[in-house]
Amino acid sequence: MAELTLVEAINSCFHHELQRDDSVMVMGEDVGRAGGVFRATAGLRDRFGPDRCVDTPLAEAGILGTAVGLCMAGWRPVCELQYDAFSYPALDQLITHVGRYRWRTRGGMEFPITIRMPYGGGVRAPELHDDSPETYYVHTPGVKVAIPSTPSDAKGLLAAAIRDPDPVVVFEPKLHYRTMRGEVPEGDHVVPLGKARVARMGSDLTLVAYGSMVPLVERAADALGGDASVEVLDVRTLKPLDEQALLASAAKTGRVVIVQEAPRTCGYAAELAAILAEKAILDLRGPVLRVTGYDVPYPYWQIEDAYMPSVERVVDAARKLLQY
Amino acid sequence: MAQVERKGAVSEELLREFYREMLLIRRFEEKVEERFRAGELPGFLHVAIGQEAVAVGVCRALQDDDVIASTHRAHGHTLAKGTHPNELMAELYGKVEGCSKGYGGSMHLYDVERGNLGANAVVGGGLPGIVGAALAFKFRDEPRVAVAFFGDGATNIGTFHEALNLAQLWLVPAVFVCENNGWAESTPAHQQLPIDDLSKRAEAYGMKARRVGGQDVEEVFAAASEALEHARGGDGPVLLVCDTFRLTGHYVGDPQVYRPRDELARLRETEDPIEKLSARLDLTDEDVQEIEAEVVEIVEGSVEFAKAGTDPQPEDALKNVYA
Ligand SMILES: Cc1ncc(C[n+]2csc(CCOP(=O)(O)OP(=O)(O)O)c2C)c(N)n1
Ligand SMILES: [Mg+2]
Repeated sequence: MAELTLVEAINSCFHHELQRDDSVMVMGEDVGRAGGVFRATAGLRDRFGPDRCVDTPLAEAGILGTAVGLCMAGWRPVCELQYDAFSYPALDQLITHVGRYRWRTRGGMEFPITIRMPYGGGVRAPELHDDSPETYYVHTPGVKVAIPSTPSDAKGLLAAAIRDPDPVVVFEPKLHYRTMRGEVPEGDHVVPLGKARVARMGSDLTLVAYGSMVPLVERAADALGGDASVEVLDVRTLKPLDEQALLASAAKTGRVVIVQEAPRTCGYAAELAAILAEKAILDLRGPVLRVTGYDVPYPYWQIEDAYMPSVERVVDAARKLLQY
Repeated sequence: MAQVERKGAVSEELLREFYREMLLIRRFEEKVEERFRAGELPGFLHVAIGQEAVAVGVCRALQDDDVIASTHRAHGHTLAKGTHPNELMAELYGKVEGCSKGYGGSMHLYDVERGNLGANAVVGGGLPGIVGAALAFKFRDEPRVAVAFFGDGATNIGTFHEALNLAQLWLVPAVFVCENNGWAESTPAHQQLPIDDLSKRAEAYGMKARRVGGQDVEEVFAAASEALEHARGGDGPVLLVCDTFRLTGHYVGDPQVYRPRDELARLRETEDPIEKLSARLDLTDEDVQEIEAEVVEIVEGSVEFAKAGTDPQPEDALKNVYA
């Protein structure tokens, strides 16, 4: 085990996966010479050469579109998009091609693409550098979505994404790139897609979160400490969802609060709430509550803290629900 | 200093004004760097040090009614289009008195009144809108021109090509100003552009193009004036490539590990557009000191203004999402 920051864990994953399988390659803006704006790809170009770590021009649709062709020819491309919002020019390729080829060719074409991007706020960045766009991706058939919350999962989920036969989008909480450290297994380390993680066991209430919101709900669980036994469920893979883990926790505690940083309407929390309504209603003691961002563009730094779900907002929701 | 031949149209007096404006941008940007280092400004700031002659040369050639779209490196364009330094600095400090009411910051500067349709955090994001604005002018028979600024890196993204194609197809009064500084973040020109001469991009669309030295404000002004006249006269859009230099990092705080160490120091010696202009002007030491003092006072004043500004209220963020 090594103690790594979240972004170092991603970097160590790359070094291992590129070594392990020479069809794996990385492409994106500034990933080579500079090692990526967050240095997730540092050292790859020197170690594996410029054909395995490709600096591209500024052309997101071109990057992802090229990866489609590379896939067809047997490569496993990993595309880095510099920020959440710069994935939007590539969304067209994702929705119109990436998610559909296997289905269209009735399984005749493999699509082992990985797309990764830093996402989320809290870093005092201007608009379009703080988005949480996971829902657009989850909503696209044929695409899997993973969001790690710890350095270990950042490595393990990325490895799973790279080895997966389908397109996987990995959102990385940029807020925690360098502020979070943790033990990360050396060498081979794969966290299977579709498996949630019980980050903390409890029996009175479940806080459900993913990515950057996991450490936050853990702090909320601490704050609730004396009053309730709180379970924290880290979703880890939004698609395919570990429905069993969600339903099991709901059955155990009977109370569920879902926390997401993204705007509220039609966010991922709404999907989880719908599943609970369909399949767990008889286990629930009270309504499923959501703590989310607001239906506005992500606001500038002076007021971003008011936008972000906070420990207080999560605790308030939990207290309300504990009255049932 | 060898006397450089002047291109008639630009008087000494006008050149002095250019000098003052370029110096204002430079001192403003240096102040931004300083306040960032002091921990007062949040990051993600792209300053235009080295590119002042393009902003001033182009914007000075505009008429008041003309509109611009800017980029992520927007402070210079914004000042040159007439936004007061106070409003710009207040925006960087996230204050209600800022030109975007404290909601935008460095990459989202708007000044609708002064025809600044906005900075753009998304590279290439401003170009199609400029075609639309120009099309509106054409429909209404207004003698106005819409101008898009963008970098060399932006010529690689789809919106650039769609915008140029549409602009030429519809013969709209638009001018596309490429600030060709040879870099897109850490990526040098040879690694992102398959051609040396970016003005050739226009050939594919049958568009008129010019390429000029972007460190020479007089040259930029003359070329921009000509391009604007062409567009305004109904002869269609123009691509104007200004070769320039980013005499600083990509963003404030960029360690520039990708750039040869001595390159920046050398370019600062040889390619400073303000030095170049001052060498051509007959400025006395007193003149220089006077302009410097005036500009510094404005910049200092903008910081004071910004710091005394009002913080936005979180509830207000919920407003203006819809009409
Ligand atoms: C669509 C998009 N992709 C990536 C980025 C990140 N980014 C910001 S500036 C930049 C380089 C832009 O280069 P250029 O257009 O030449 O402008 P310069 O910075 O040189 O002024 C990149 C890649 C972005 N803002 N938008
Ligand atoms: Mg550039």
